[in-house]
Amino acid sequence: MRLLESTALQIQEKILSKEIRAKDVIKLFFERMKDIEPHVQAYITINEEDAIKKATEIDKKLERNEKLGLLAGIPIAIKDNICTKNLHTTCASKILKNFIPPYDAFAVKRLKEEDAIIVGKTNLDEFAMGSSTENSSFKITRNPWNYNYVPGGSSGGSTAAVAADLSFMALGSETGGSVRQPAALCGVVGVKPTYGRVSRYGLVAFGSSLDQIGTVTKDVRDAAVLLRVIAGHDLHDSTSAQVPVPDYSNGIDSGVDGLKIGIPKEYFAGGLNKDVDNAVKDALKIYKQLGAKIVDISLPHTEYAVAVYYIVANAEASSNLARYDGVRYGYRTDRASGIVDMYCRTRSEGFGNEVKRRIMLGNYALSSGYYDAYYLKASKVRSLIKKDFDIAFEKVDCIICPTSPVPAFKIGERANNPLEMYLSDIYTIPANLAGIPGISIPCGFSKEGLPIGMQILARHFEEKKLLQIAYTFERKTDFHLKKPALKASVV
Amino acid sequence: MEYEVVIGLETHAELATITKLFCGCSTQFGAEPNTQVCPVCLGMPGVLPVMNKKAFEYALKAAVALNCEINRFTNFDRKSYYYPDLPKNYQISQNYYNLGINGCMNIDLNGNRKTIRIHNVHLEEEAGKLIHPEETGADYSLVDFNRAGVPLLEIVSYPDMRTVDEVDSYMQTLRKILLYTEVSDCKMQEGSLRFEASISLRKKGIDKLGNRVEIKNLNSMKSVIKAIEYEAIRQSALLDKGETIDRETRLWDEVNGKSARMRSKEESQDYRYFPEPDLLPVLIDEKWLSAIKNSIPELPLARKQRFVEAFKLSDYDASILTEEKVLADSFEECVKIMDRPKAFSNWITNDLLREVKDRKLDINSLQIKPKQLALLVEIVEKGTISSTIAKEVFSEMVQTGKDPQKIIEEKGLTQISDEGLIEAVIDKIIASNPSVIEDYKKGKKNALAFLVGQVMKETKGKANPKMVNELLKGKVGI
Repeated sequence: MRLLESTALQIQEKILSKEIRAKDVIKLFFERMKDIEPHVQAYITINEEDAIKKATEIDKKLERNEKLGLLAGIPIAIKDNICTKNLHTTCASKILKNFIPPYDAFAVKRLKEEDAIIVGKTNLDEFAMGSSTENSSFKITRNPWNYNYVPGGSSGGSTAAVAADLSFMALGSETGGSVRQPAALCGVVGVKPTYGRVSRYGLVAFGSSLDQIGTVTKDVRDAAVLLRVIAGHDLHDSTSAQVPVPDYSNGIDSGVDGLKIGIPKEYFAGGLNKDVDNAVKDALKIYKQLGAKIVDISLPHTEYAVAVYYIVANAEASSNLARYDGVRYGYRTDRASGIVDMYCRTRSEGFGNEVKRRIMLGNYALSSGYYDAYYLKASKVRSLIKKDFDIAFEKVDCIICPTSPVPAFKIGERANNPLEMYLSDIYTIPANLAGIPGISIPCGFSKEGLPIGMQILARHFEEKKLLQIAYTFERKTDFHLKKPALKASVV
Repeated sequence: MEYEVVIGLETHAELATITKLFCGCSTQFGAEPNTQVCPVCLGMPGVLPVMNKKAFEYALKAAVALNCEINRFTNFDRKSYYYPDLPKNYQISQNYYNLGINGCMNIDLNGNRKTIRIHNVHLEEEAGKLIHPEETGADYSLVDFNRAGVPLLEIVSYPDMRTVDEVDSYMQTLRKILLYTEVSDCKMQEGSLRFEASISLRKKGIDKLGNRVEIKNLNSMKSVIKAIEYEAIRQSALLDKGETIDRETRLWDEVNGKSARMRSKEESQDYRYFPEPDLLPVLIDEKWLSAIKNSIPELPLARKQRFVEAFKLSDYDASILTEEKVLADSFEECVKIMDRPKAFSNWITNDLLREVKDRKLDINSLQIKPKQLALLVEIVEKGTISSTIAKEVFSEMVQTGKDPQKIIEEKGLTQISDEGLIEAVIDKIIASNPSVIEDYKKGKKNALAFLVGQVMKETKGKANPKMVNELLKGKVGI
């Protein structure tokens, strides 16, 4: 089983050097899946048949010495709110339970072009609304480090899969921290690229001005390759940037000597778990030893970020989710009298509580007479938050802070308190509002043995620098190499 | 009580692009239902709109032609409402930064001008179309999304109109401008040009506007006029009884010539507008705007005025000529070839339009070319054929697109100007009509006209009428 614990680049090297066939890897992979997945519950759909076919194809190409893509032979999982042609895409919602897209998301198309093997679609909070993956209509994903704990969310299926070696890589998506937060809680690497870096085409919209596809990997070098593949301009997404994509792996080992790291005082205030605080501060000591300068900074509008986020994201969500009406596709109630009744019943029966709550909040914030006080005001404060970062980045090269104020919490612990749940994203949300890139990497463990993550933020389109800074730490530490003792913790 | 009727119009015009506003689907009218659709215009999960630049330019062109101030920063907004023909349950439209604002358009009222102000001009996407089954009691309806996403221009006037004549002139002028600028084909029967009216009444001499009523489902310019007339009577009757007018939206029933309440102001929808996050704002720079300005041709009203002054045409003829851009263009081309404006104007406004009407021809794809019409005029002037024969030749030209000489040759229509030949015919006619000659000699002047007619008949209209006249007079002895 050690083979499946290796990173994506390690397994690819073994396949390319013909030490092992892609088909054998994938067979081992699905054997483990049968063993472990019933406990972790990371997947909504498993794509075994197609994956074996694809692996066989790659072996044949390899035999014939044909050119192979950058991700050749690597099993990869995809969050189930990213469209995959001819493969169910449910958003973990009853309303899209039977939806099979006739198109691939741009990012998925890129994965296929680079010969990745898509092994399945991972669980999430319904329509990516949540921070624990408990809001899925189908199943609750468990944290591989302790099955009684949540994996975080909303990309909890993707991060749990990678943490449990149920995938070598995964795609997730962020609106307010949905890749970084579960990556931190599961002890894996999560990247949220700059808004516009990866096309949103085929990512089922939640908060369109915030949404971005991100990567989930076992280490930073894997993240560099995966990001390179999915980044780039797409004619089908007007908001995707026409900025060239660099080779993120090239120069990743350049170190941090002389780099200025900003520490925002607002992120180390009340509500921060002691273990998390200590772990991040220890990490900063390591950076200092490696030659970086630590600079105290302030992001004064941080305290408004969560409020701004829940207005903007929910307003956009209320509109984005209006299309699920039972008219053209997806779930439709079977007992309706008239069109209005059909709408009401379809949506009441098809959406879960958290989604309904956010649609109502969003519609309220946009309604006539309230627009100025909520949406417009929130947009203005959003600009101030963005400006905080602009000013900070005049002085420093990056910002380091905790990813989540707490390690993983117990399943059910926050489920009935939406406000407390919303505060799980307090450190990740500002980057989404500002559109800047961020990465979460493992930096320690709590007393309970749960992973702790720290995040690094940089200027727009500085993913390369971000990965370099993260890799410098990773190379010096072994947090990312620790594996959950899966069998032992089965409940 | 005497009231003043206050009328404003909202116009929707489908833009003449080949593809839809936010995807590459065809906009062709009349295809099988749901054959011109894709994930984007069907509102599938995860798809995104990409703006059609041509559609934006058409909208910009119309806004400039309507003398609008152009917002250099514009963007799209989402307008939310639920209806099965609206795939996303929001329409991508413009609300906070309309493309054009504060415009105006001059209308012509029997030679008098009036300026109607334009509140705004903006771009949005069309909805699909509901198809209700013909069987009674059916518990379903169908939706055709072919039209969903077709670019639509909305033009909102101020309530500056006071009579149905002004409304009529406004609609005609606006239609002409959209046709002249070639941004819309304005086919009302295909729904590519539609109007909605808002009407209020106030006592003469009072400034404050009354409560306004909006009327929808107006399928032709005639129904717009009828609905306004109906509404003015309905409102004045209510006011006379001392009742107040409810702010409401009414639906026009063309068959019964009545309108009925659709929804009251209280039921009016909250569209929850907010900026469309999937599209970037559009910034219009000076270079782009001046290119658009330069692409706008002379507009109908100005052109008519020029025709009257430069070519000494009557106001009536000039307005018929400028009604359709293609007619005015052809006229000018003719005049360029040969300086006979009056003759060309007559041919086009009388003969050509009669042919078009009688034969139900499409004015934009006529076979006859300006060069050929000029030739015909020249031939008539030379006296090769008479003007009566010319009409026959013209009709043939319109039908076949052949050159006039060719038709004249083929049919042997050349005018007879040979004195001997004409005299021979005259002698024959005189010989067989002795009583008419007697009458003439007794002073019955119109007997001569009868004889001329007989000669023309005998020569199948080919004899030179002037020569027939003179020779005949000589023969019967004056």
